[in-house]
Amino acid sequence: MFAWDPPLLLMLAMVIGFGLIVLYSAADRNLNTLTSQLVRIGLGLSVMLVAAQLPPRFYLRWTPVFYMLSVALVALVLTNGVTVNGSQRWLQLPGLRFQPSELLKLAVPMMVAWYFHDRPLPPGLGSLLVALTICLVPAALVVLQPDLGTGILVATSGAAVILLAGLPWRYVLGALLLAGAAAPVAWYGLQDYQKQRILTLFDPESDPLGAGWNISQATTAIGSGGLEGKGLFKGTQSHLDFLPESDTDFIIAVIGEELGFMGVLFVLLLYLTIVVRCLYTASLAKQTYSRLLSGALTLTFFVYVFVNVAMVSGMLPVVGVPLPLISYGGTSAITLLAGFGIIMSIYSHKSW
Amino acid sequence: MAPAPLKDQRIERALFFNRAVIAFLGVLALTGVLAGRYLELQVFEHETYRVRSDNNRIQTQPLPPSRGLIFDRNGVPLAENRAIYELAIVRERIADLDHTITELALLVDLTAEDVERYERNDARKRRPYSPVMLKSQLTEQEVALLAVNRHRLPGVEVSSRQVRNYPFGELFAHVLGSVRRINERDARQLDTGRYAATDFVGKRGVEKFYESSLHGEPGSQRVEIDAHGRIRATLDVEPARAGHNISLQIDNRLQIAASAALGERRGSIVAIDARSGGVLAMVSNPGYDPNLFVTGISAEEYQALSQSRDTPLFNRAINGQYAPGSTFKPVVGLAGLSHGKISWDEIIEDLGYFKLPEQNRVYRDWSWTRENTGGQGKVDLTRAIYRSSNVYFYDLGTRLDANDIAGFARQFGLGQRTAVDVADASAGLVPDPIWKRGAKGEVWYPGDNVNYGIGQGDLLVTPLQLATMATIIANRGRFLAPRLLLSSDEPLEEFKAYTELPRVVGPAPNDWEQMVDAMEDVVHRGRKGYGQNGTAWAYIGRDIPYRMAGKSGTAQVVEIRQGEEYDEEELDEYRRKHAWFIAFAPADKPQLALAVLVENGGGGSSVAGPVAREVMDAYLLPQIARQ
Repeated sequence: MFAWDPPLLLMLAMVIGFGLIVLYSAADRNLNTLTSQLVRIGLGLSVMLVAAQLPPRFYLRWTPVFYMLSVALVALVLTNGVTVNGSQRWLQLPGLRFQPSELLKLAVPMMVAWYFHDRPLPPGLGSLLVALTICLVPAALVVLQPDLGTGILVATSGAAVILLAGLPWRYVLGALLLAGAAAPVAWYGLQDYQKQRILTLFDPESDPLGAGWNISQATTAIGSGGLEGKGLFKGTQSHLDFLPESDTDFIIAVIGEELGFMGVLFVLLLYLTIVVRCLYTASLAKQTYSRLLSGALTLTFFVYVFVNVAMVSGMLPVVGVPLPLISYGGTSAITLLAGFGIIMSIYSHKSW
Repeated sequence: MAPAPLKDQRIERALFFNRAVIAFLGVLALTGVLAGRYLELQVFEHETYRVRSDNNRIQTQPLPPSRGLIFDRNGVPLAENRAIYELAIVRERIADLDHTITELALLVDLTAEDVERYERNDARKRRPYSPVMLKSQLTEQEVALLAVNRHRLPGVEVSSRQVRNYPFGELFAHVLGSVRRINERDARQLDTGRYAATDFVGKRGVEKFYESSLHGEPGSQRVEIDAHGRIRATLDVEPARAGHNISLQIDNRLQIAASAALGERRGSIVAIDARSGGVLAMVSNPGYDPNLFVTGISAEEYQALSQSRDTPLFNRAINGQYAPGSTFKPVVGLAGLSHGKISWDEIIEDLGYFKLPEQNRVYRDWSWTRENTGGQGKVDLTRAIYRSSNVYFYDLGTRLDANDIAGFARQFGLGQRTAVDVADASAGLVPDPIWKRGAKGEVWYPGDNVNYGIGQGDLLVTPLQLATMATIIANRGRFLAPRLLLSSDEPLEEFKAYTELPRVVGPAPNDWEQMVDAMEDVVHRGRKGYGQNGTAWAYIGRDIPYRMAGKSGTAQVVEIRQGEEYDEEELDEYRRKHAWFIAFAPADKPQLALAVLVENGGGGSSVAGPVAREVMDAYLLPQIARQ
């Protein structure tokens, strides 16, 4: 029997279709960009449907191997990786260049879920420390590349599992207080460009031609779109090159400019629907592993959405997070769709 | 797999459900935060960002007006506009600057100085993607070569613009002045709106005086630019209005003749149409090529011009202030007649020197010799003019009150600016006792009257003023203010309605006629024997086919101390006397009046006289030949 989740697929298809239309405009009607994105999405959808056919039991069994392999690859990147833009993130394989940290976005929540699978929940302090180690070791390797943004997202995906596993609220509160106290210390560990991004957040006009340019142009694009937008292909900020990265990380600004607040609201509601559908799937799952994994993947997906949409509008520092399923390029779409494949598998194997 | 510890799936599911609901509420809240932020940007602050986005992309660019042309009275262009081509580089569009410059050097003549200046300008703060000039004034061949190789040279731009051109170069430099690049001090004074697209402003001369009319009104265009400063589309255009074209009284041919008559000598000639007051020629020698100030003058070139002992940048015609010397005698004579101090019949004895009562200082005549002979003998006013008797005018000077001489002289425009449209003209100086007390802190001595009588002392005039004076005598007291403008395509705001100045009061009509006769004698009275001919006759009067009235003069440069002997040859050239000659013709119905100054020329009649004759010939002989 073919395992899939037609409503979820329909929602994903709507986001993807909408994204392709916006991308066509953002890329100045460049058909090559569109084609290459279509190929990437096609590959991602194939991966998703294949992943949906594998039963959750399979994932459970192979989780430790997958986790070890991913961590090993990330460690390998540190020593033998290809350096792009000052960060060592890529591994050059014959025929393709690939970013092992993407694998961690799946491997880490899988591993934490695997760890909690046969332990009593809510977890005790000992289990929590083990789970934290599972999250933080690979996250630390990614931060060393250095890729702080992905590192935090990897840790977040693991943390989502811990939270869903029933982490006592007092720990949540304690962790938040600890993070607040550590922030001034962490500041000194940041690279100069990272500090600048954070400073820019508080005062985008401080350096309007330098670090603040991106954010100031993005908010201008969004704000000038108004309620209904300037119309598809008619965004002046994006088409006159004022908006940087308009087809990749900043594509939500193109949506805001050309389709207005209505367009932004439409995308947010689509994402929200996907989250609701996936959380529903998670709550139906019978096994701890599948429950925690599908719930965590869903929350992580939303975190991507939130971080991207918030950073482009100047609410968070600029970190390299694409808008899920809409931004052009990268391997993130494939990872995300693979994740949705796992969720479909869990949906289709409710009895387990 | 190890045996599972006790797990209560029911409790776990409830726990998970609880967490999932909380997570969902969190997701909902955060989505609300995002929606709120975008609502704030897109709805509440929309107007702010709409304006900001328009300011990003819409730029209003001023369009320069084309400068009005200047013609002479015959329609010959004296100042016109021509296109020059400039090579500029957009640094942001060039990957390897050295490579591009090497490539360009193969196509155009690039000097190290060009590259240096470019690098200096490029280093300045500027808008990204704005072109910076590498070389101005490309030749047509260079423009063509660049056009052919355009595809190989991204980031290289050739643009054209209009610049001023003075086809006659040095000839009209002092009359027209020139436009010069607007410097920071000019920029503070100019109307920034009107001059937004203008690089040059009129400095000196006609270009300065009529700047406002010549400049025109700038237009503007709104363009859509991209983030790189490239123009993507023109939204609308309001064209510039060109400046007014003007025609000057100047007669190109007479200017050429006057300049040729002066030759290489330092000096000045101002020739005025006696019937209208129009300035037909205005020469100041040496001059300079005004085009240098348009196309860019090097520091060395400028230094050479500004520090030359011959002061080529100095407009002698309007700013050179000299003692008029004997050319002032007709005015003193008319003043004496007007104030009843002399009559045409009165005769004095000229022994070649003059002494004030009870004073030892000796004032000599120009004909005085060491043997203490000389002098003009019995002299009346007419003879005092054609022989240029100093003694007669020493005596007349002492008879007149200094204030009367000054007041009478001022009626001829001396000591003031009377030209209608000459920028920066000097006023000269007509001294009187009040002035002397204020400026020098000294009382007025009787000796000052003596010097006043022969146009020496503190009295200072410019060639333009002497030409004006000659015009007034030619017109028997009628004062037509000198002016440069002949006509313009539209009335000019700078040109005030022309009104005649008050005519000279005092002399009777007969006085004017007799004075003109005496000045005719200066030129025409000849073959009368030693000491009887007009001072200029031998030099210009022998073969003159028309009646010309004139008066020579010499202006002392250094004062010769009492009892000191001197030899003109021994005086350094720059300390020799300036030679003057004023003239007008035909004497009974004057058409042209002029003043000639030859700096350090020596004798007025012998040096300046022939120059005056040459200019007069150039104007009158063609007319006579036609009749």
